[in-house]
Amino acid sequence: MTKKQKKMVTRLSASAVFFILALILEKRSAFSWIPFLVAYLFAGYDIPLRACRNITKGDVFDENFLMSVATIGAIIVGSLEEAVAVMLFYQIGELFNDYAVNKSRKSITDLMDINPEYANLLRDGQEEQVDPYEVEVGDTIVIRPGEKVPLDGIVRKGNSTLDTKALTGESMPVEVAEGQAVVSGSINLSGVLEVETTKLFDDSTVSKILELVENASSRKAKAEAFITRFARVYTPIVVVLAVILAVIPPILLGGGWSTWVYRACSFLVVSCPCALVISVPLSFFGGLGAASKNGILMKGSNYLEAVGSLDTVVFDKTGTLTTGQFEVSEISSVRMTREELLELAVLAEHHSNHPIALSIKKAYGKEVDTARIGSVEEISGQGIHAQIEKDGVWRDLYIGNQKLMKACGAVVEQPTALLGTTLYLAETNQYLGAIVISDSIRPDVPKALEGLRRHGVKKLVMLTGDREEVGRKVGESLGLDEVYGNLLPGDKVKKVEELLSKKAPGKTLAFVGDGINDAPVLARADVGIAMGGIGSDAAVEAADVVIMDDEPSKIVDAILIASKTVGIVRQNILFAIGVKVLVLILVALGYASMWAAVFGDVGVSVLAILNAIRALSYKRED
Amino acid sequence: MKKIIKLEGLCCANCAAKIEEGVKKLDGVKEASLSFMTQRLVIEAEDGMEDQVVEGARKIADKIEPEAEFKVLR
Repeated sequence: MTKKQKKMVTRLSASAVFFILALILEKRSAFSWIPFLVAYLFAGYDIPLRACRNITKGDVFDENFLMSVATIGAIIVGSLEEAVAVMLFYQIGELFNDYAVNKSRKSITDLMDINPEYANLLRDGQEEQVDPYEVEVGDTIVIRPGEKVPLDGIVRKGNSTLDTKALTGESMPVEVAEGQAVVSGSINLSGVLEVETTKLFDDSTVSKILELVENASSRKAKAEAFITRFARVYTPIVVVLAVILAVIPPILLGGGWSTWVYRACSFLVVSCPCALVISVPLSFFGGLGAASKNGILMKGSNYLEAVGSLDTVVFDKTGTLTTGQFEVSEISSVRMTREELLELAVLAEHHSNHPIALSIKKAYGKEVDTARIGSVEEISGQGIHAQIEKDGVWRDLYIGNQKLMKACGAVVEQPTALLGTTLYLAETNQYLGAIVISDSIRPDVPKALEGLRRHGVKKLVMLTGDREEVGRKVGESLGLDEVYGNLLPGDKVKKVEELLSKKAPGKTLAFVGDGINDAPVLARADVGIAMGGIGSDAAVEAADVVIMDDEPSKIVDAILIASKTVGIVRQNILFAIGVKVLVLILVALGYASMWAAVFGDVGVSVLAILNAIRALSYKRED
Repeated sequence: MKKIIKLEGLCCANCAAKIEEGVKKLDGVKEASLSFMTQRLVIEAEDGMEDQVVEGARKIADKIEPEAEFKVLR
């Protein structure tokens, strides 16, 4: 609690004591107005003062003024008890608002406490503590256990585990060793690391994320705009109604002034818009916080709103649904064991750095005896012709595509695999077998797609620059609704536009990509979602929503958080406006006292805020 | 040019909306947004008008919410 809040608590406690005392004395003494007045002053002496000050500055319809007129009016017509209650509860409500807002501000700042204060710069063998801004690209920095990684870089010495929870929401620590990249904002847990920086602080992940998070709430949701517009007309209307209520009926009915002034004062109590205005941004803020706690960064409450009504989700294939890394997925051998076939392929491809060669080497996973490799000849566009020793005999080996098999006279005895690239092997003119290398589907994808369907997404689409049939096969195995292949980046934009025109009214379309080469599509969709945000500036810049790790199922979490938040916002708006209007009607007709008006103001505000705070908590379902 | 201002101690959501509204109407302001929760006022000002805009915003903030401290961050 802040000092200001503590002082307020003391004042309000004193006020409450005098208020109770006055209530006890009310029936027994003619002097009960004294404790009432004391209670009133303790609770709200500063309110009329502020009202006067603001009026001189030209701000008339502010809440201080409304509260002052309402309570002073009530005192004049003799409703002391109500006047004190209004002031006391109004202040309690304000105090509660203040407390709740500060609390949720703080919980979000703590969450995003990833800003490194310093870097240990290694200069001529000497370590020096400097501002992260001073470190240049290529400098070496030292990171000790317990310290934050200040800049993005590559480990040059040491190994350790890193806590990336604040960045990705992933609670498992990540192992890093020499040659691996580290991301700023993560926390070094175990060993000392020497890191060569690859970016300036301004371009480092931590700066990008902080900037994104801090600016997030400046892009406002429609609901926020609605409520501020509503508040702008609501207060003047209610005040005008109050004036009419105080003057017209007594003139028409001839008298009863105090009754009607009392009702008018109750109107003023309900006319404060704060409960409405505060609960909406508070809910959105909580929703954004809950999302970032789970490694989902949203660039604004407007996107939170949009994610809540997703209807179509369009995925890019490579790097999003699939890992984008090519791996050996199938080995079929006709004359020897698969292991032997793979070994031959590795020997033949040993000198090659082609991605396909690399994935074969990775699948084999062992060192080879280079003495077994004879002359190697690369046949451009077809493959490799190599002399390889096996079982003491030098063999004439061909490895490559179907054209190469034709050229050497070998007959391929298997059908071509649809997915990925097939590499055929032959000895002289005898077919040996094939190795299929393909991009693999991310393990998390089926769960993500199932979750999307369950939470209201009607259409799942995949776009790819790959061959149509490759796309179809992936699409079929995943159960997607539509697949479009052979697309250039420009075609993807056109396809997304086409899909945008087909979606249901009031619903939104999201495009999910890895941020590489798909910036225009990310921008064109209602919501552009980039995956694997860590370390990819392009993704952070182009997307509206950044998923920090590479789990597509986080989109489901984003939807759940968004719908929860939007739901809370709707409840608050309906509840607050509903109660206020109801109270106004009852008060005007004389069925409700000023006590109801107090509930219509403070009670509604407190309940709406308590409801808004729910947005901050979200548990991932497993 | 983008100017970022922190209004520390901003504690009334409706005032925040009024300040935002006022700043938007200032000469030289292309776009303005005040987040009540982060207490940040982000103004997109026309080139060369930055100082004038910040001064104007300071006056508005002081009029509507004198309790909040006006700090220009960037």
